[in-house]
Amino acid sequence: MFPSAFEYHRPSSVQEAVQLLANNPEAKVLAGGHSLLPAMKLRLAAPAALVDIGRIPGLRGIQVSGDGSVVIGALTTYLDLLDSGELRQGYPIIAETANVVGDPHVRARGTLGGSLAHCDPAADFTAVMLALNASVKAVGTGGERIIPVDDLFVGLLTTSLNPDEIITEIHLPAVGGRKLGMAYEKHAHPASGYAVVGVAAVIEIDGNTAKSVRIGVTGAPEYAKRATAAENALTGQQLTADAIAQAANVATEGLGELNGDVYASPEYRAHLVRVMTRRALTRAAGLS
Amino acid sequence: MVTAVEAPDRLFGKAIKRREDPRLITGAGSFLDDIKLPGMTHAVLVRSPYAHARIRRIDTSAAEKMPGVLGVFTGQDFMDVNPLPAAWQAAGVKNNAVTPRVLAVNEVHQVGDPVAVVVAEDRYLARDAADAVVVEYDPLPVVVDAKKATEPGAPQLHEEAPNNIVLEWTCGKDEATVDAALEQSEVRVSSHLINQRLIPTAIEPRGSIGKYDPATDEYTLWATSQAPHVHRLLLGAFVLGVPEQKIRVISPDIGGGFGSKIFLYYDMPLVLALSKKLGGRPVKFFEDRSENYLTTTHGRDHITDIEIGATRDGKITALKVKTYANLGAYFSTVAAGIPTTLYGRMLAGCYKIPAIHCKVIAAYTNTAMVDAYRGAGRPEAAYVIERVCDLVAQATGVDPAEVRRRNFIQPEDFPYDTGVGMLPYDSGDYEKALNRALELVGYEQLRQEQKARRERGDSKLLGIGLSSYVEVCGIAPSKWIGLPGEGWGAGLWESANVRVHLTGKVVVTTGSLPHGQGHETTFAQLVADELGIPYEDVEIQHSDTLGTPFGFGTYGSRSLAVGGVAIYRSLQKIKEKAKKLAAHLLEAAEEDIVFENGKFYVKGSPDSAKTFADIALAAHVAYDLPPGMEPYLDETTYYDPPNCTFPFGTHVCVVEVDRDTGEVKLLRYVAVDDVGNVVNPLIVDGQIHGGIAQGLAQALYEGAVYNDDGQLVTGTLESYAAPKAHMVPTYELDRTVTPSPTNPLGVKGAGEAGTIAATPAVANAVIDAVSHLGITHLDMPLTPERIWNAINQAARS
Ligand SMILES: Cc1cc2nc3c(=O)[nH]c(=O)nc-3n(C[C@H](O)[C@H](O)[C@H](O)COP(=O)(O)OP(=O)(O)OC[C@H]3O[C@@H](n4cnc5c(N)ncnc54)[C@H](O)[C@@H]3O)c2cc1C
Repeated sequence: MFPSAFEYHRPSSVQEAVQLLANNPEAKVLAGGHSLLPAMKLRLAAPAALVDIGRIPGLRGIQVSGDGSVVIGALTTYLDLLDSGELRQGYPIIAETANVVGDPHVRARGTLGGSLAHCDPAADFTAVMLALNASVKAVGTGGERIIPVDDLFVGLLTTSLNPDEIITEIHLPAVGGRKLGMAYEKHAHPASGYAVVGVAAVIEIDGNTAKSVRIGVTGAPEYAKRATAAENALTGQQLTADAIAQAANVATEGLGELNGDVYASPEYRAHLVRVMTRRALTRAAGLS
Repeated sequence: MVTAVEAPDRLFGKAIKRREDPRLITGAGSFLDDIKLPGMTHAVLVRSPYAHARIRRIDTSAAEKMPGVLGVFTGQDFMDVNPLPAAWQAAGVKNNAVTPRVLAVNEVHQVGDPVAVVVAEDRYLARDAADAVVVEYDPLPVVVDAKKATEPGAPQLHEEAPNNIVLEWTCGKDEATVDAALEQSEVRVSSHLINQRLIPTAIEPRGSIGKYDPATDEYTLWATSQAPHVHRLLLGAFVLGVPEQKIRVISPDIGGGFGSKIFLYYDMPLVLALSKKLGGRPVKFFEDRSENYLTTTHGRDHITDIEIGATRDGKITALKVKTYANLGAYFSTVAAGIPTTLYGRMLAGCYKIPAIHCKVIAAYTNTAMVDAYRGAGRPEAAYVIERVCDLVAQATGVDPAEVRRRNFIQPEDFPYDTGVGMLPYDSGDYEKALNRALELVGYEQLRQEQKARRERGDSKLLGIGLSSYVEVCGIAPSKWIGLPGEGWGAGLWESANVRVHLTGKVVVTTGSLPHGQGHETTFAQLVADELGIPYEDVEIQHSDTLGTPFGFGTYGSRSLAVGGVAIYRSLQKIKEKAKKLAAHLLEAAEEDIVFENGKFYVKGSPDSAKTFADIALAAHVAYDLPPGMEPYLDETTYYDPPNCTFPFGTHVCVVEVDRDTGEVKLLRYVAVDDVGNVVNPLIVDGQIHGGIAQGLAQALYEGAVYNDDGQLVTGTLESYAAPKAHMVPTYELDRTVTPSPTNPLGVKGAGEAGTIAATPAVANAVIDAVSHLGITHLDMPLTPERIWNAINQAARS
């Protein structure tokens, strides 16, 4: 497993990093390296240069405000997410998910920013961030902008980031006085540990009704998407087992053509999406 | 835990920690890729992307000019190196054994076939230059399935092997007799079983370093080898045509092999020939994981049809088996022996079956070579016969445990000849192990729980799977395994030299060698016990053809039952001589000398004793020896056992199948094994644990898949599901102890038992969970989708 030759840069500021990217169109950002380096070792990726953002100060850490809104630095690792007591208060789904990403080595190295920027079709946090209605802060040579995760994922391993843009932060909305129920269900591939199917559900619960519902699905579709048909079916409904089952039944609608491989066909993935949507919603609603 | 030998002061039977571990666990081991020699160069192979193609042209010119490149070579540059030998010519293999050359010439037959090699100053440069070698191919039609390969019109791999057939082999009674027995049976069942292809996945891939010394005309090979002496012999006599004494093979620390490192591979002669071409600079080749998956041997890959006859009360009356065995693109070193001697001849399992007929057709296909993989033939046989038991149970309504009981060979039947050409089983008490396993797992309650869940329509289906296995270990007797036309034309004895230094410290050199089994610990326990000296005073040396006596290597769970017995015999010779010397020094008759706890004394006067160290010193300084005695205590044994050994046991697996998704949860795993006497229970438990992990992984997770173009779809650890810690349950182990009468230690062997037993136990459990839906069989790996599909189909019909 030997990558092709590449140049290596270690910028000390975001500005320097985006400038390096702008100057080297064949360059790639290196964060935790747990997606990029394996691809390079298999020679599936051969970037001419790596821009290692790993030592740029200020890109790692979790800040929770009084209203429950959260800013997570792009270099924050899964292990950091898992260890954050504050995050567990309003957003327990994050620790729940971080705990099922890869293995301890992956969790210690892999970053949340890297996961979202890579947009792997079987990543976990893509679905969770969709369900949480998160957004990212992207910084490029032209300045910075906020991109809702809804608009970030646009294709297989493809985001709406410009080549010279770096994700610096991930933002989660304020919880305020809302009651949020949330759960992540994962069917892990027995070899890779990635999601064959992953379903994240977040319900804003008002008394007994679902005031709003967001469902992120990964593994099955071409890239992580929201199960809007199921969201719509449940929104405004009483949170009963029946209502959830009906919503889950339409969970694959709008997801497009589903992935298939020797482990799981598109048909089986579709079935898992439905079963796991039901399970995620049931837990999010507090019914299990 | 039951152990046979209770004497408290003995190490035999003690669970002491492995002396190898501190070194290996702290990263202080020296594995092949840790070895750096002065002036060492690196070889990287250019491999075929096609499964079957003619090589039209190879252009090495661009690669040759790249920085750091010392040479680029193709198959034409090695026409003076012979193809690898086919060592095990089981009956039926005639002149159709086509073995690999160091580099492919004219045609490639599998993806990954090496067609050129680049040698460079470092591995990165070599790899870049390998990418710059241009090879043009004319693709040819591909076949990956053993049965299809033998059908008319199938793509042909080798001229020498019409219809791609390597061998056609039968054992047991003739077909007509078995057909008649089937005809007369009250109950008849048939099934079609696929024992899928597996990839051994040793943590350490394979590699080799070659060094030629122009001054002495000698070759040294460091190789990830389970059998360095055999590799030296084959390289010298068959491949390079170099006298054996001019080759030294060293096997450093080995990170697992599971059989895949028994065989001679193309890279071994290649690095030696390359070093010679480079004037003696050492050449290292070390495969990466992708290369390991593509071209190091695979295991299993059988397609089998079975026909079973039974009585209405569950007694098996006849069994007919027809198996297509996939051997891959070429004939690997002992490939022919696996689906024949080690499979067909073990098909009776633990049972008295009056009429068995087995036919095996082994074929070439455009896939990686298949050879021995942990268990080697025996897991395939155990899978067949243990599925047979459950199929009979399902067809007759007799409980699966009872079916086994009713067919068991009984303790008084040993030695028992199963009638399929295996040596007689040595000893056993199959029912005892079964009963113990059932008791431990709480079989009756589980069956009730299963019934209750079924009645209330629980979506979590409970399944209980049994596997009562017997296997053959201590693979050796030369007169049997060496039989030309049946075996591999050579013996399988083992050797040991025991040398006692002047200080009384002991060095054992053995032809057996560890690649994870803890030989240094187990063997030292034996020595310390026999000589009554501290365990720390014993050193076990191995793995280097320079300084160890010839040995055939480590596989077939044979190290203790063959190699260990060779040590034991040498120790007896040492003791005999030491006793003579003690008698001389104590001025007594030899018959009056007692040897106890490392001391020699005259019967009745233990106070004036000579210690073992005193005797060692006397033997060494040699000025006062009895007339005619040679100095020194140094004894060698070449041990060829009279029979193999036959470990057995029963494993029970309990699973829960999620009716909604087909997902399987492992609830319990109980294993009662009988491996004969146990020297070190900790090591045996470790072997059983690892074995079960691999066996259950075949049932649930692993499976090498080729597409129709011959591309390995499961070519990385991201797609091939080798088991990880969180995927296996807690094991509940117990033992029964039935010593083997074959050897003086009473040991049988434990390296493969877990793998052999676990696969059918888990598969039977999953099928049992869904059997009430009318499902009688499911092929492995039992992935959720496969189970879910079967449940759906059963619901529809
Ligand atoms: C064995 C193994 C198992 C795994 N299992 C799982 C799993 O179960 N679930 C899962 O979700 N993931 C899994 N992963 C992937 C892991 O989570 C990755 O680490 C993660 O997806 C990428 O993060 P990274 O920091 O390692 O990114 P890198 O590998 O460094 O980069 C990935 C890509 O994103 C780009 N990039 C990285 N950071 C930024 C940024 N801040 N701004 C712009 N672009 C950026 C890089 O240029 C590159 O293209 C696994 C990985 C391995 C090796």
